Amino acid sequence: MAALRQIAFYGKGGIGKSTTSQNTLAALAQMGQKILIVGCDPKADSTRLILHAKAQDTVLSLAAEAGSVEDLELEDVMKVGYMDIRCVESGGPEPGVGCAGRGVITSINFLEENGAYDGADYVSYDVLGDVVCGGFAMPIRENKAQEIYIVMSGEMMAMYAANNIAKGVLKYANSGGVRLGGLVCNERQTDKELELAEALAGMLGTKLIHFVPRDNIVQHAELRRMTVLEYAPESKQAEEYRQLATKIHNNAGNGTIPTPITMDQLEDMLMDFGIMQKEDESIIGKAAAAA
Amino acid sequence: MSTTAEAQVNGAELIQEVLKAYPEKTAKRRAKHLGVHEEGKSDCDVKSNIKSLPGVMTIRGCAYAGSKGVVWGPIKDMIHISHGPVGCGQYSWASRRNYYIGTTGIDSFGTMQFTSDFQEKDIVFGGDKKLEKIIDEIQVLFPLNKGITIQSECPIGLIGDDIEAVAKKKTKQYEGKTIVPVRCEGFRGVSQSLGHHIANDTIRDFVFDKMDPDKNKFVATPYDVSIIGDYNIGGDAWSSRILLEEMGLRVIAQWSGDGSIAELENTPKGKLNILHCYRSMNYISRHMEEKYGIPWVEYNFFGPSKTEESLRKIASFFDDHIKEKTEEVIAKYKVLTDAVVAKYKPRLQGKKVMLFVGGLRPRHVIGAYEDLGMEVVGTGYEFGHNDDYQRTTHYVKDGTLIYDDVTGYEFEKFVEAIQPDLVGSGIKEKYVFQKMGVPFRQMHSWDYSGPYHGYDGFAIFARDMDMAINNPVWALTKTPWKKAA
Repeated sequence: MAALRQIAFYGKGGIGKSTTSQNTLAALAQMGQKILIVGCDPKADSTRLILHAKAQDTVLSLAAEAGSVEDLELEDVMKVGYMDIRCVESGGPEPGVGCAGRGVITSINFLEENGAYDGADYVSYDVLGDVVCGGFAMPIRENKAQEIYIVMSGEMMAMYAANNIAKGVLKYANSGGVRLGGLVCNERQTDKELELAEALAGMLGTKLIHFVPRDNIVQHAELRRMTVLEYAPESKQAEEYRQLATKIHNNAGNGTIPTPITMDQLEDMLMDFGIMQKEDESIIGKAAAAA
Repeated sequence: MSTTAEAQVNGAELIQEVLKAYPEKTAKRRAKHLGVHEEGKSDCDVKSNIKSLPGVMTIRGCAYAGSKGVVWGPIKDMIHISHGPVGCGQYSWASRRNYYIGTTGIDSFGTMQFTSDFQEKDIVFGGDKKLEKIIDEIQVLFPLNKGITIQSECPIGLIGDDIEAVAKKKTKQYEGKTIVPVRCEGFRGVSQSLGHHIANDTIRDFVFDKMDPDKNKFVATPYDVSIIGDYNIGGDAWSSRILLEEMGLRVIAQWSGDGSIAELENTPKGKLNILHCYRSMNYISRHMEEKYGIPWVEYNFFGPSKTEESLRKIASFFDDHIKEKTEEVIAKYKVLTDAVVAKYKPRLQGKKVMLFVGGLRPRHVIGAYEDLGMEVVGTGYEFGHNDDYQRTTHYVKDGTLIYDDVTGYEFEKFVEAIQPDLVGSGIKEKYVFQKMGVPFRQMHSWDYSGPYHGYDGFAIFARDMDMAINNPVWALTKTPWKKAA
């Protein structure tokens, strides 16, 4: 058995991290890989397509019921879904209370201590939105994910987020050895999307590992709480995810230390592509009446 | 015993010498906190109330310590919840020896520890529900409590718990019971000082501003005063209170040693606020002056000279009858204090003292030492501000070494060089100096003795200092083989 690969998917909220990751992991499972998914989003929706379930009981909610995380057994929190993919959701508090970041740390420690990773070829962490605090950086610290895949699109905010995540990876790259595996562009059909994604990847010192085209079949599958790989394995979109899975599988050890860019550099790039207009300094901060 | 050589220690040179151990940047910053008092200057020429430097051993506490430990903790008929993980409350259990009268666990709670004992799940899911449950349990288990304060530990501020909403909800549910949320998370500010301020502000916002004037049946008299900033350590407020009462005044509140919520509520109806610890309670005193027109006056009940001066100052706010009685009080106790001085001064005359205490005593106790013929040659504050150092100039002599937020290293070196006959500081410092063979008294807790305030307190103070300095044990600390040589 090859060494355990630990990967993580990061990206702006709503970009399609969970969908992309579950489809890709389903493809890897079809290739014979043994997969463990660790959902690190309080919404706990990282495993629904694999388990055909609305929401899985989370480590933290079960721990809160039982008293503490020490009272839990691994079997209580781990579910097995499509192609024997094992699924765990970290969970967390309802919006606006408590500390979800600490929750991620608690559950990952629990999983490690209880041997959740035994026998797996891949552990995949699906992490919410942005690296907002130390807790959400947990999966990229020492001895956790070695490769980070950033899901992004041609939208400006998605690229800002990708750059921010690259900063987080850089912070831990030297202390822990985490590397940026590449960008995954989830097509939004914005102008010059492929070119922009490739240019950004270049500036961040990484590569665009795959450009996933937009296809409504993903939504059809999601309505059935399924991955495309399971719902329509012969479809063109399923093939796209298989390609992405193969590229990730062959990407072991090819990760890079990212070179995040400044806001100005990012905006310059957008201007080069004609996405952003050069700003007129004379109008900044002027109200309508004054102008 | 001081010798000529020791007396010649040059403060400025000593500071330079001690600073040499630091890296350049640290030395530059610490230099601003150290100085030698020059007669005639308006302050001690040291910086204060600035963040301690990483890597040094500071003696300071935190905002939680300032609120829970100092200001709120002694209010005896309220229950103070240490909200957060167990340690903060556990290690500050049983207060700072703030004595009180009452039945603990029934109508008084001073020496009990209440904590929400945060676990991992409380951090992750938030602690508001647990806090509600604790408040409910308190009502069942301790029905005679007169109110609750929620003393925030660090995590409360980090995870964004809404303790204000819980306090509001529970106040309503328990029909107007005073429940005070205090945002005194330990990481706020540079020392316990901010905790005092935050606690003062919560008394304003959650006691004064929420009082129902119709419910308060307090009947005022022209001679009502409130003791502010006396925490009744070892009974300090009691030995102060009797003097005020003998003067003909009525003490309507003690803030906060042996104090109660009713006393806090009655204070705005008093005629004068007399302020002992300026640092921790000047805020609420100024507020009462502005809002209720109550004047405040600082006083000092350490040692007969300052006590006498302070009694007259307090009396000056009242009529001749009070002034006359004050003179009677002073004359009455003079007999006692003369006897104390006669007994101890010959044993303590000329002894040198170095102090390092909190926010008031570094200056306030100097007079008491001087009454015994002793001399304070160095002093400094843990958490004093510039206005404290201004006030210090009235107490210290030219050439006194001043050290703000002294580090463990600096203090040790200063004492080593100056070789005082007594060091007065806290428990963390005690054994360092005793092992150096220097007599030591704890000046926060009175070393489990007290009271030290007032005339009665002075007798105990004098005895304790004599006991420390003239203890025969010090003669046994000399190295025998050196003596032989």
